[in-house]
Amino acid sequence: MKISVNGRSTEVPDGIVMSALLASLELTGQRLAVEVNEELVARSRFEEHRLASGDRVEIIHAVGGG
Amino acid sequence: MRVSGEIVYAVSIPPNRESDPRPMSSPNPAADTFTVAGRAYRSRLLLGTGKYKDLDETRRAVEASGAQIVTVAVRRTNIGQTPNEPSILEVLPPERYTILPNTAGCYDAKTAVRTCRLARELLDGHKLVKLEVLGDEKTLFPDVVATLEAAEELIADGFDVMVYTNDDPIMAKRLEEIGCVAVMPLAAPIGSGLGIRNRLNILTIVENAKVPILVDAGVGTASDAAVAMELGCDGVLMNTAIAAARDPVLMASAMRKAIEAGREAFLAGRMPAKRFASASSPLEGMFF
Repeated sequence: MKISVNGRSTEVPDGIVMSALLASLELTGQRLAVEVNEELVARSRFEEHRLASGDRVEIIHAVGGG
Repeated sequence: MRVSGEIVYAVSIPPNRESDPRPMSSPNPAADTFTVAGRAYRSRLLLGTGKYKDLDETRRAVEASGAQIVTVAVRRTNIGQTPNEPSILEVLPPERYTILPNTAGCYDAKTAVRTCRLARELLDGHKLVKLEVLGDEKTLFPDVVATLEAAEELIADGFDVMVYTNDDPIMAKRLEEIGCVAVMPLAAPIGSGLGIRNRLNILTIVENAKVPILVDAGVGTASDAAVAMELGCDGVLMNTAIAAARDPVLMASAMRKAIEAGREAFLAGRMPAKRFASASSPLEGMFF
């Protein structure tokens, strides 16, 4: 299925869970926060949060800023 | 030629703020703290961490500034690019610094609230945020209506909100009344380095306030920061004035001293400005 990850269309296995998506992007264990369709997904729910076709995923982190 | 009889006051209007300590006979810098969201800070200089050459320069500037509160922005992770790049939170660990995530770049309340929720998750439930909702790209002035709306929603959701706003005493008071933990009027447009454009408004905001007032944005050099502190502000938040200096680490040190000097001058209570001279040596006992 196709989802959007940080604005880029991405092909992922059907019904992939968030933790698996992050592992496939080599982001496991990094300090980040995630929202799907503009709703926050808590870190504690990464193992269970199943993605659906067309989901818009944003993976964010802290950067320098004033 | 017409000669004005008025004294042109620069920074000479004495602040009149009941909540502030009056002059101390022997200042003890260690005891002079300001408190935001229940935590006391010795350093009254808050630093933005954008626009530095690299993370090492960021770290050295923060160290030289003595800042205990540093702002960060929240942005998309770079997927598949430089995976081992050090992160700002490794350079400025949350165990050592109070990390203040900002909503820079947000032009509406909804985006600002989303950004704060992501930041809280990112920082393990840390609920102190710097709210800014911008009005337009040319001035980066705040959209105060959207700012108020976002602040109300964030406070209802349990956030401690430090809020960037205009140098408008009425809006500053409103933001305090709805529960913001600190109000941060601009000195001048973000990144402009123009210094404090309206000292009297900043003074009025300070006099009216029961929460910390920090000048946020617009200072250009050390004297601007000292003026903010002499007006009675609790602190100054800056980024470009340091990051865009020829030597950012040296400017960070200069700002630290300016903030301390301005604070001590405020506590000391400046002399009244007068138009004409007043001799410093005794007029009695003259033998000539």
